[in-house]
Amino acid sequence: MDSHSVLSSQDKKDLDKFIKFFALKTVQVIVQARLGETVSTCSSSSPTGSDWFSLAIKDIPEVTHEAKKVLAGQLPTIGKSMCVEISLKTSEGDSMELETWCLEVNEKCDRDIKVSYTVYNRLSLLLKSLLSITRVTPAYKLSRKQGHDYVILYRIYFGDVQMAHLGEGFRTVCVGVVGTPIGTVTLSCAYRTNLALMSTRGFGRTVPVMGVIIDHFVDHPFGNMGHVNMCNYSTDVQLKSSCCPWTQMSRGGIPPPAVVPVSRALTLNCSISSCRSLGWSSFESIMTAALQPQTIMSVSVVAVVTSSQVRPPESPSTASPSPGSLHSVSSSQSGGPTQDDYILVDFKPAFSKDGLLPMDLGTFYREFQNPPQLSVVSADDSAQSMAEDLDSLPEKLASYEKNMEEFDAFVETLQ
Amino acid sequence: MNCRSEVLEVSVEGRQVDEAMLALLHTILLHRSTGKFHYKKEGTYSIGTVGTQDIDCDFIDFTFVRVSSEELDRAIRKAVGEFKEALSNSGSDGMGQISLEFYQKKKSRWPFSDECIPWEVWSIKVNVVNLANEQERQICREKVGEKLGEKVINIVEVISRHEYLPKMPTQSEVDNVFDTSLKDVQPYLYKITYQITDSLGTSVSTTMRRLIKDTLAL
Repeated sequence: MDSHSVLSSQDKKDLDKFIKFFALKTVQVIVQARLGETVSTCSSSSPTGSDWFSLAIKDIPEVTHEAKKVLAGQLPTIGKSMCVEISLKTSEGDSMELETWCLEVNEKCDRDIKVSYTVYNRLSLLLKSLLSITRVTPAYKLSRKQGHDYVILYRIYFGDVQMAHLGEGFRTVCVGVVGTPIGTVTLSCAYRTNLALMSTRGFGRTVPVMGVIIDHFVDHPFGNMGHVNMCNYSTDVQLKSSCCPWTQMSRGGIPPPAVVPVSRALTLNCSISSCRSLGWSSFESIMTAALQPQTIMSVSVVAVVTSSQVRPPESPSTASPSPGSLHSVSSSQSGGPTQDDYILVDFKPAFSKDGLLPMDLGTFYREFQNPPQLSVVSADDSAQSMAEDLDSLPEKLASYEKNMEEFDAFVETLQ
Repeated sequence: MNCRSEVLEVSVEGRQVDEAMLALLHTILLHRSTGKFHYKKEGTYSIGTVGTQDIDCDFIDFTFVRVSSEELDRAIRKAVGEFKEALSNSGSDGMGQISLEFYQKKKSRWPFSDECIPWEVWSIKVNVVNLANEQERQICREKVGEKLGEKVINIVEVISRHEYLPKMPTQSEVDNVFDTSLKDVQPYLYKITYQITDSLGTSVSTTMRRLIKDTLAL
């Protein structure tokens, strides 16, 4: 029996509309949860008529545009799923897929369900579940630590679900299901647990990675969407936008602080122990350890990039990295001695004036960050030979025995 | 009709109790709140919009989403505060349970008072642990964050089963199903109660207090 024959044309129209807007809102929720900042919207007791599913979810125009472009007038249906892929990319070009969100429709139909009421309300509930779950998967914490080490990207695609790039042992969480007369809508997330970083040289992705760059150095993007910059972004890191500080660093004028190559630093074949049921217990700590200052390079922003339209980037005066940011990158190298794997970069700290001090701030910091050597281990006794040391021992022991009471009294004061 | 009952268990440090309870209770209430209903003359109604807010915990590596409603947040914080105080004052091993119960009112004829019929109860069992040093506290921050993540997934799994929900009420019946006292959102009628487990494992009865309260309220 044709499932469509029991569905009135009005119901079919409504259902298609619900699924379309549900798909668009799903993409918005996922992308906004990966922009690196908290999201907040207001409740309104008066219905505005434009808030789908009675939920206040803002629409980032570029994201909606991208999603509509990918869908190209189609809807998620049996055999054709809409997926949002979230990945991480370092400035060296190494990338890693973190999770894939899938909106699928399967053949299981619920013919008795009321479209305009029950399906709508359940889709609303599913969006609320998505809001909650997007804050719980490992990529959320990574995206919140936005800063200078890596970029978070998104890619929307339509068709077969691809999970091969999530590495071994990826896990799946089901956000929820909603039965409809034409199939059951399922929303789920598959997320990586294995942090072995793949080199982009072997990655072989041809489709541009898309997203929106949020300039790290301007105000909150949602306050004014004019701050959102867009750029084309291909996997060999040919960024066109100048707003992204780490691209500026790699383009010359500013020598990149050379560190242990990220691909080497991040080749951690860490499988999360199975006793942690969600599998991400050390995910963040491993990422943090791998991305320690001495292994990390350039400055970046949480970035998601779109492939199509390019807006003029922000003027360099607002977007250029402050000396402070260079400071934070280079000062990470000040602790240790020069190592063969490192190339020292002249550290130009902010606000230092030549000649004011005998040495610059960086040298001062390096020299005095450790406490001075104790005098007892200094050169005074070094001239003595070992034989002389042994000879003087009996005398020393005798004097210690003589003063034993004094030492005991001292020990007692410590207790 | 049987009341659906779900139990969640967490072990937290003393200073994490508030945030852990808020995270779970707000996650449940997010799914059990709608926009304000506006009934129209023809018997239909429109629904207001529910906003959401990300809340970062201070003592737990965790972020949760709650409904944007200061009134609702105040009510939940008050209940959680009372629970935490009871836990600290109990002198027991730091075990207790806080319950969020969704109910419907069923009007009865005089002289009988209205009946409160629970249709879903979420019980969160809490075990308070003491930690010796900062390193343990740091580990606890992360572990409790992970645990709360698991609990959120558990909550979402239950919600997505789409089991019994009260029928959408008519205008005259709306106060029997929803809490319409808030300005901006409309949660299903709910009540929060708690029990502290003393060292013998028996519960110090706030149930009596609840019974008295309910009778007086009606």
